[in-house]
Amino acid sequence: MPQIIGVPRETAAGERRVATVPEVVEKLIKLGFKVAVESGAGEAANFSDDAYRAAGAEIVGDAGRLWAMSDIVFKVRGPSTDEVGLMREGGALVSFIWPAQNPELMQQLAAKKATVLAMDSVPRISRAQKLDALSSMANIAGYRAVIEAAHHFGRFFTGQVTAAGKVPPAKVFIIGAGVAGLAAIGAASGLGAIVRANDTRPEVADQVKSLGGEFVGVEYQEEGTGVGGYAKLMSEGFQKAQRETFARQAKEVDIIITTALIPGKPAPKLITAEMVRSMNPGSVIVDLAAEQGGNCELTEPGKVAVKHAVTIIGYTDLPSRLARQSSTLYATNLLRLTEELCKAKDGVINVNMGDEVIRGTTVVKEGNITWPPPAPKLSAAPAVPAVAKPAVPAPAKAHGHGAAGAPASARAAAIFFLVAALAFWFIGTHAPPAFLAHFTVFVLGCFVGYMVIWNVTPALHTPLMSVTNAISSIIAIGALVQVAPPVAEVADRPVGWIVGLAVVSIALVAINMFGGFAVTQRMLQMFRK
Amino acid sequence: MSATLVTVSYLGAPILFILSLGGLSNPESSRRGNLYGMIGMVIAVLATVLGPNVTASGYTWIIVAMLVGATIGLYAARTIKMTQMPELVALMHSLVGLAAVLVGFANYIDPAASAHFKGVEKTIHELEIYIGVLIGAVTFSGSVIAFGKLSAKISGKPMLLPARHWINLAGLVAVLWFGWKFIEAHSISDGMLPLVVMTVIALLFGIHMVMAIGGADMPVVISMLNSYSGWAAAATGFMLSNDLLIVTGALVGSSGAILSYIMCRAMNRHFLAVIAGGFGTESGASAGAGGGKGNEPAGEVFPITAVETAELLRHSKNVIIVPGYGMAVAQAQHAVYEITKFLREKGVNVRFGIHPVAGRMPGHMNVLLAEARVPYDIVMEMDEINADFPDTDVAMVVGANDIVNPAAQDDPTSPIAGMPVLEVWKGKTSIVMKRSMASGYAGVDNPLFYKENNRMLFGDAKKMLDEVLVALKS
Repeated sequence: MPQIIGVPRETAAGERRVATVPEVVEKLIKLGFKVAVESGAGEAANFSDDAYRAAGAEIVGDAGRLWAMSDIVFKVRGPSTDEVGLMREGGALVSFIWPAQNPELMQQLAAKKATVLAMDSVPRISRAQKLDALSSMANIAGYRAVIEAAHHFGRFFTGQVTAAGKVPPAKVFIIGAGVAGLAAIGAASGLGAIVRANDTRPEVADQVKSLGGEFVGVEYQEEGTGVGGYAKLMSEGFQKAQRETFARQAKEVDIIITTALIPGKPAPKLITAEMVRSMNPGSVIVDLAAEQGGNCELTEPGKVAVKHAVTIIGYTDLPSRLARQSSTLYATNLLRLTEELCKAKDGVINVNMGDEVIRGTTVVKEGNITWPPPAPKLSAAPAVPAVAKPAVPAPAKAHGHGAAGAPASARAAAIFFLVAALAFWFIGTHAPPAFLAHFTVFVLGCFVGYMVIWNVTPALHTPLMSVTNAISSIIAIGALVQVAPPVAEVADRPVGWIVGLAVVSIALVAINMFGGFAVTQRMLQMFRK
Repeated sequence: MSATLVTVSYLGAPILFILSLGGLSNPESSRRGNLYGMIGMVIAVLATVLGPNVTASGYTWIIVAMLVGATIGLYAARTIKMTQMPELVALMHSLVGLAAVLVGFANYIDPAASAHFKGVEKTIHELEIYIGVLIGAVTFSGSVIAFGKLSAKISGKPMLLPARHWINLAGLVAVLWFGWKFIEAHSISDGMLPLVVMTVIALLFGIHMVMAIGGADMPVVISMLNSYSGWAAAATGFMLSNDLLIVTGALVGSSGAILSYIMCRAMNRHFLAVIAGGFGTESGASAGAGGGKGNEPAGEVFPITAVETAELLRHSKNVIIVPGYGMAVAQAQHAVYEITKFLREKGVNVRFGIHPVAGRMPGHMNVLLAEARVPYDIVMEMDEINADFPDTDVAMVVGANDIVNPAAQDDPTSPIAGMPVLEVWKGKTSIVMKRSMASGYAGVDNPLFYKENNRMLFGDAKKMLDEVLVALKS
């Protein structure tokens, strides 16, 4: 008997998202489930009832009936008290819950003997990334924050030189380079602004740079990476240094986007009233932490406020303002979770508490509160020493070849020349003159070879090998002169042996000589522009 | 032909050889370079045959031997597949080595050759024969084994005898002792035994040396054998008092030595460590015992389908393809070219990043791509292209593993730490085409596969690329 997944319309004021989209409905049905969607659930996100019906969902007109018939309910926002009342005894619910902030809701759900999976409690481990709805929502919030800022900001983002005069580019400062911060960096630099970003975790500097931002560090040595990739609360000394950095930036930039959150704590107050006052008139602050109290002292959650001629945007529903996009991503996150819950693809979920991801996400299991979960395993990032090194030496990078290597140290060179001089002296005093002549030729030959070969482009190393191979068949000369030398017949000269060996040598070397040059020619013909 | 004319010819030939090698600095001039090499060889051979050292009675023998060799050589050069180039080169090195041995023996048993040497000169002459045969024998047997390994007739795994360094040392001592015996010998028949024994030891040493070296170190071995074949020619030149042989041998010898050096540097390994052999086995064991499970990269790999790959490629502006030995094995270079051509026509900037040790011999990948008609100006060296990865939308790794392993930079305990690698993970997305999750030659797990921006396209490289191409065109 397949279970029914119910998707009610969101009841919270201003919420435009929906927990599933037609595209995902098809995939849920492939997993064996039946899907029921409340009429008008996707309307605000531009998904019509017809689209859901076409994807195979049943459209239910009445919320009460939908809740009653559903074995599993997918929602975006946590249920209201009324909705919990509608819920079936022992049913399952998947939505944002925020168990720490909503203990009463947790009690109500427990009383319903419900099984609840909280999308805000997905463990931050690599395996669970595909169902991390917080990240997908944060990504949208970061993007939307830039769009909102652009909307309220009275100038271009990109610098331009026009016939009517030069336009300077906007300067954007982003605090917190988490998912939302990085999305904001990407969006703002995409619009052409000069983007700077700060984070307490120094290892994100590369990510900031990769998106086109400039990393502004705080001149204070402290490691800010907490468990699960989140930031942690910093020391007093660090905070002072951080405030100084921010105050300096506030005077320079046009737009500040703050994304600093510490799990389970009110958002840190990073932008003081004083800093707001120091900003240029017309500047914009977007406070993505408004829901948790805001990173700016003057933020009014849910509203746009103008203070000291600075527009402070405190919207708490940025993902909902991009409803179609956020619904699609959220629905996909839920689909991934469903896949984890229903590995058999038989339309029945199995809340397996032995699985680290499902264990972490499940906050109520059949009426028992299972939150908070046991501590997650170690942070994915490698453990970094507590005190960051002042300057990490760059990894030794090999020289580009095609040019001679770096000059050896003076001492090594001196030893080399000393040894060479001794060897030459020894040869000079002992060897006969005929040998010395050949030796001279040999050493000079080595040097010429050395100089010539370094100029060979690496792309042609294979032809180089085959051509040197062909050239080394010059050894044929050695065999040629032995076949029929102009010498008088001596009694004990084993002519047969000598000629035999020489002829075999010539044949062998001829293979090399002709084959080597021919194959080199064949290869070189292939190199074309 | 007079002796002076021969001498002048012997001067001209090496100049042409040097020009030939110099021409390889650029694909444009390389074809002319090869022509110089051929002319040089023709001059050298003709001058010798027509010169005073060869009488007319030998012409028949020479022509027959030359014809036989030329037929075989030209046939091999025509029919060889470009993926088999390393094998062919290894086999050809063995021929030079064998020829050096035979010429050495022929010279030794010819009383006329050493009749005019007295005292120190005689000693030096015998020493030259001894060294020439020694190097030739090592080159011969080593190249044969290298050929076997490259053509998969012998397992690519390093074969490690217990106490192999002591065996080599004992061999060296024996070679020195027999060398002394050889010089002490009063007659040719007395000297024959030490010479033969030494040849056998040298042959065994060559086999043992290459057997102990694994598949991925083959670029070093091939270049080293290339070098040896040059030194063998030079030693023969000393033996015959022939400057042409000496110069040419020195050219080839130093060429191979430089290539070996470049290859070793590309793997951040010492030449001696490669020659001592056994890479991967020892370091892998110590990492397993010392590091334990903690160092193993963990996480999830994200598979991708050919259709999704095509989608990614279609929407990219910059694509870098990193080929490895796997591309050669799967014969996928033509499919790679078709995809490259299609994307370039669509305005996508497709380039290739070549690691110096990709493949089984230096420059192997370049030859394969050239064979598939990839224009050489979009084929870049590692150092040219590494800085461009952050601006790359898709970095596609075709059958390569260790040369794109981030552990070489991040993990100082990794056996390949410090080896320069292509930084594909800095691209927006990297796609690794691989048959399975098995680790690469070095036996090192690759953290690249677990990176968030990495996707795995599992399957045979050729088959998957063909599917990607179909998806691109649809």
